Amino acid sequence: MLHEYGHIAVLVIIALVFPAGALVQSWVFQFVRVRPRVSSDPVKEDTYECGMVTRGSSLPQFNFGFYVFALLFLLIDVEIVFLFPWTLVFEEAGAAGLLKVVIFLATFVVGGLYAWRKRLLEWR
Amino acid sequence: MLSFLATDHWYDLRDLANLYRVVLEGLDHIFPTGLVYVLTALLGFIAFFVVFVLPSQLYVGVYGERRLIGRMQARQGPNRVGPLGLLQPVADAIKLLQKEALTPRSADRLIMWAAPVLFVAPAILIFAVIPFGPRMVFADIPVSLMYFLAISSLPVIASFMAGWSSNNKYSLFGAMRIVAMSISYEIPLVLGLLAVSVLSGTMSLQGMVYWQQDIPTWMILIQPIAFAVYFIGVSAELNRTPTDIAEAESEIVAGYLTEYSGMRWGLFYGMDIAYALGASAFAATIFFGGWSLFGLEQWVPPWLIFILKTYLFYFVFIWTRGTLPRLRIDQLMSFAWKFLLPIALINLLVVAVERLIWTSNDLPDAIVWAFGAVNIVLMVGIVFIWAKVFKYDPKKRPTKPRLVNEPGGYRPVDLEQGGPSL
Repeated sequence: MLHEYGHIAVLVIIALVFPAGALVQSWVFQFVRVRPRVSSDPVKEDTYECGMVTRGSSLPQFNFGFYVFALLFLLIDVEIVFLFPWTLVFEEAGAAGLLKVVIFLATFVVGGLYAWRKRLLEWR
Repeated sequence: MLSFLATDHWYDLRDLANLYRVVLEGLDHIFPTGLVYVLTALLGFIAFFVVFVLPSQLYVGVYGERRLIGRMQARQGPNRVGPLGLLQPVADAIKLLQKEALTPRSADRLIMWAAPVLFVAPAILIFAVIPFGPRMVFADIPVSLMYFLAISSLPVIASFMAGWSSNNKYSLFGAMRIVAMSISYEIPLVLGLLAVSVLSGTMSLQGMVYWQQDIPTWMILIQPIAFAVYFIGVSAELNRTPTDIAEAESEIVAGYLTEYSGMRWGLFYGMDIAYALGASAFAATIFFGGWSLFGLEQWVPPWLIFILKTYLFYFVFIWTRGTLPRLRIDQLMSFAWKFLLPIALINLLVVAVERLIWTSNDLPDAIVWAFGAVNIVLMVGIVFIWAKVFKYDPKKRPTKPRLVNEPGGYRPVDLEQGGPSL
């Protein structure tokens, strides 16, 4: 059984080498004159901003909604991780296990309903 | 169950694993075990890649999708290079290899080069657990559902790396949007797939195919809610047109790909198609019976059935892409959190109760059809209730254009004064 994971490990190496190979090939092509050589040019290397001269920092202020949703995601995702083992031992756990999972999920449902009530799920 | 694979001669091409096994046994006599171990993985990868991924990438993905989208938008699509435009993907690949890869002065070079590599790797890794036939799985691990979920949430990190390292406002906006959307749709997606896992009692994709073969049924008939949640969630994660706010070209130039050009852009573009194919293959496996087709797999090669199902499902992705307009971010977020997440949770609990009834009373397998009927009724009911709660009423929409001079209408423009000031 474990050697199947070994196959995945070999595949990880291939999966990293294959795209890197494509990039290296494209990079090598400039020396065999298939591709124009990379030339440095102050205008060309400027940050793209629809043709205008770039102004200001590239780190603008963000909508607060992004952070709220990230926090909610963290709350729920950690909880869902614990449900994965439960699906595999479902028969052994039985009705008692299901009841415990319902109680476990209820904590998150209450939190989610609170967030909903507080209008945190609206994108502002 | 596996009686139709009783013959294991190398020429029994209904299961390509026979041919593969014979080659491996031959190698085992020549090389030491450790080398054979690596050769197994390499051979399997090459077989997968050459037989399935590469042709589908080039032809179904690039060519077929562009032709179909062209037809849907009442235009021709690529038809110049070669007969019927069939050589267009090759021409595109050559063009991308020749193009200069620009790196902006202010960009973070290392991360900008690493992002496409890290974006491609999960696309290849996803195909490791997809069963193409009874024994045609690259890595038959018992938790392949969890493996799929884990791997398919990795490319978001690469997208964010691309957006962040470009040091461009549009890139960063696209990156933030894709992260926000992916994490929102991740949760209903996982809950929906957990319901499938609860009902079939396994987390292995191969096990789910056998489960559907034994009943025999398709999971979509029994769990329509899980399928709807999976389809919407995965098309949001794939970042395709109804939900492609992360690279919305009319709002933020090209999102996180703004500063990318040449082969680095090509890897992003090509792997978007690979992810769509991976998601189609996954859906075909767990919702449409995988390589089995109600006994027909004894006569037709199972891998052929599977690939056809995958392409049919991929066509649905293209179809939605050609049909639906792009949604706004607030619509997408509230849809994920206020609709998909509650119905996925309700579905999980209902399915758990159903499975409990099934196993504790030792009911026959045919009971799943009753469960399916219950779930379909539940789905219709939930959609109806949600529409009521959120007061979606199509009748209240204006049916005729409002005149500018009627009360409450639009303010007439005074052309003498040069119109409204901006």
